[in-house]
Amino acid sequence: MIAYPLGRRARRRSDPADGEGLVSQADLRRPGVRWGLGTAHTILLAGLVIIGVGPILWLAKSAITPTQDTITHPMSLFPHGAAWSNLTQAWTNVDVGRYFWNTIVIAIGSWLCQIVVATTAGFALSVLRPRYAKLITGLLLTTLFVPAIVLLVPLYVEIVHPPLVHHSFIDSYWAIWLPAGASAFNVVLMTRFFDNLPREIFEAARIDGCGPFRLFTSIVLPMSRPILGVVSVFALLASWKDFLWPLLVLTDPNKQPLSVRLPTIQAQTELGVFLAAMFISCLVPIVGFLIFQRSFLRGPGLSGAIKG
Amino acid sequence: MATIEPVASAVEKTQDARMRQPAAESSRPRARRRPSWPPGDALSTLAFLLPMLAIFGAFSWYPIVRTVIMSLQHTNLVQPATWVGFANFSTVIHDPLFPIAVKNTAEFALLALVFGYPIPLIAAVVMSSVRRRGIYSALAFLPVVIPPVVAVLLWKTFYDASSTGVFNTVLGWIGLGPYPWLQSQQTALPSLVLESTWANAGATVIIYLAALTAVSNELYEAASVDGAGLWKKVWHVTLPQLRGVLLVTMILQIIGTAQVFLEPYLFTSGGPANATLTVLLLIYNYAFGNSLGGDYGAATALSLMLAGFLAVFSLVYLRATRSWSSA
Repeated sequence: MIAYPLGRRARRRSDPADGEGLVSQADLRRPGVRWGLGTAHTILLAGLVIIGVGPILWLAKSAITPTQDTITHPMSLFPHGAAWSNLTQAWTNVDVGRYFWNTIVIAIGSWLCQIVVATTAGFALSVLRPRYAKLITGLLLTTLFVPAIVLLVPLYVEIVHPPLVHHSFIDSYWAIWLPAGASAFNVVLMTRFFDNLPREIFEAARIDGCGPFRLFTSIVLPMSRPILGVVSVFALLASWKDFLWPLLVLTDPNKQPLSVRLPTIQAQTELGVFLAAMFISCLVPIVGFLIFQRSFLRGPGLSGAIKG
Repeated sequence: MATIEPVASAVEKTQDARMRQPAAESSRPRARRRPSWPPGDALSTLAFLLPMLAIFGAFSWYPIVRTVIMSLQHTNLVQPATWVGFANFSTVIHDPLFPIAVKNTAEFALLALVFGYPIPLIAAVVMSSVRRRGIYSALAFLPVVIPPVVAVLLWKTFYDASSTGVFNTVLGWIGLGPYPWLQSQQTALPSLVLESTWANAGATVIIYLAALTAVSNELYEAASVDGAGLWKKVWHVTLPQLRGVLLVTMILQIIGTAQVFLEPYLFTSGGPANATLTVLLLIYNYAFGNSLGGDYGAATALSLMLAGFLAVFSLVYLRATRSWSSA
C-alpha cells in the first residue's frame, strides 16, 4: 500500500516506452542527430568491447596459449596451437584447486555472517523498534564514516591477541568470517527495505497470534528476497575480491584464498600456467555476474558507493 | 538558452510538489502507528539485536576506540604498552617518507579524477540514449567483478616494458613506444591510475545510469517544446539534474583514491625510488613491513591523520557545494 505511489512513479520514469527521454522522436527525425547518435553508440560499444572486455578476452586466450608464444607474440592468436595443459597444470600442480576451495569456504562463511547480522538487526530496528533504536542506528551510522584503514591495525592486533579469549585466531577462518559481518551498510540497506514493507501485514499477523520469531522467518524474510539477493551478491563478490585482510590473518599457504596466492604463484611458475590460474579465479565472478546481472546492476545504484 | 531554464525549473517545482504530497501524507500516520513489537517484549528484541551488537562491538566499535588508544601508545605486542603522548604523530610527520607518500596519494587522486571522472559520465549519458542498453551496462560493469588482484597482476603483464609487452606491441603498430610503464619514475604512477580507472569506472557508470533514469521525462518534453536540441537538453536538463549525484561520486572517489593500496603494493611495492609510495602503503609498511615487529603506534597515528583529513575535507567540500547541489 505505502510503497505503491513510489513504485508507480519509478516505473513511469524509467520506462523508455511511454516517455520521450533525452532523445525525442523529433530529434530522431533530424538526420544529423540520427547519424551522430548512431556513431556515438557504435564508438561506445566498440570502446566497451575493446577496453572493457578486451583485457579479459586476452587473459582467456593467453590462459590456453603456450608461454613462449605469449611472451614473444602477445597479440597473435595461437601461432603454434593451444596449450590446454596450462589449465590442468594450474589446477593440480600449482594447487589452484585447493585455493579455489578455500576461497569458496571463506566467501560462504562471510556471506552467512553478513546475512545473519543484517537481517536480524534490520528486523529489530525497523519492525520491532525498541526505544533505543535511534541510539543504535546512530552508532551504526558513525562506523560508516570511519575509513576501513583505521580499523586495520587494531583489528589485526585483536586477532593476534584477542581480549578475554587467550587464543590467537591467526590462520582461522573465523578471523575473516566474523569481521565481515560488521558492515553497517548492509544493516542500513536492510532496515530501509523493511521500513517500506506494508505494516498492515505485520498487524494482521500479530492479530493471528504470530510472535516476533515467526514474523521474522515466515513473513519478513520471504518478502525481502530482492534485497537479500543484492546483499548476497555483494557480500560474495566482496569476499572473493578481498586481499589485504586474508593476507594478514592467514599465514598458512594451505588455508589462503586464490587472491592471496596469486602473487606468489606468479613468482613461482611460468607465465602460461599463472595466466591460467588467474583465468580460473575470475571465472566464478564473471559467470555469477552474467547469471545474476540484475542484482549486480541494482546494487551500485542503491548504494551510491564506489571504491577508488 | 535563457528561455529554457525558467520553464524547466517551473515544471520541476510543480512536479516536485505533486510527488512530495502523497509521500508526506503516507509517512506521518505510518510513523505514529509504529508500536514496539509486540509491546513490551524487550527480551526477544534484544535477541534479534544480539548478533549485530556482538559483531559490531568486537569488530567495529572496539577497534575504533582501540585505534585512538594505540596511536598514543608504544606497543610491540610483547611488552606491556606504554603511553607516549603524541610521539607517534611526530615520528610520522618527521619521517622523510611522509611528504612523499602524501604527494603521491594526492597525485593519484588528482590523476584518477582527470582520467576517471569524465569518462563514466559521458559513457552513461550516451548509454542512456540507447533503447536496449542492457548489453552496454553489462559490458561496462564486467571489469568491476574481476578480483582486483587479478586485474592488477594482469595489467602488470600488459605493462611489460620490453618491446614485446602487450601495450608496447599494440602501440608499436602505430609507431609509438616502447614505453617503460612501471619502471620509470615518471610513468609509474599514471600507469597505476590507468589500471585503477579501468577496474572501477564501471561502477560509476551504473550509478549515473540509475540517476539518469530518474530524470523526469516531463523536463525533456518541456525543453523540446521550447525548441531545445539534443545538446541543449544535455546541457540544461541532464547535467543540472545529475549535479547532486555528480558531487557525491566526486567526493566518494576522492575518499576512495586517497586510500589506494592494492595497486602500489602489487604493481611496484612503492617503487621505483618511492614514486608510487602512497599513504596506505606507508601505513602497511609501518605495521607489517618490518619482519622484526611492527610499529603499530606510527601506523595507527598515520591512519587517524588520514581519516581526520578526509573527514575535514568532506565537511569543507559539502559545505562549499551545498548551495550548488540542492538549488
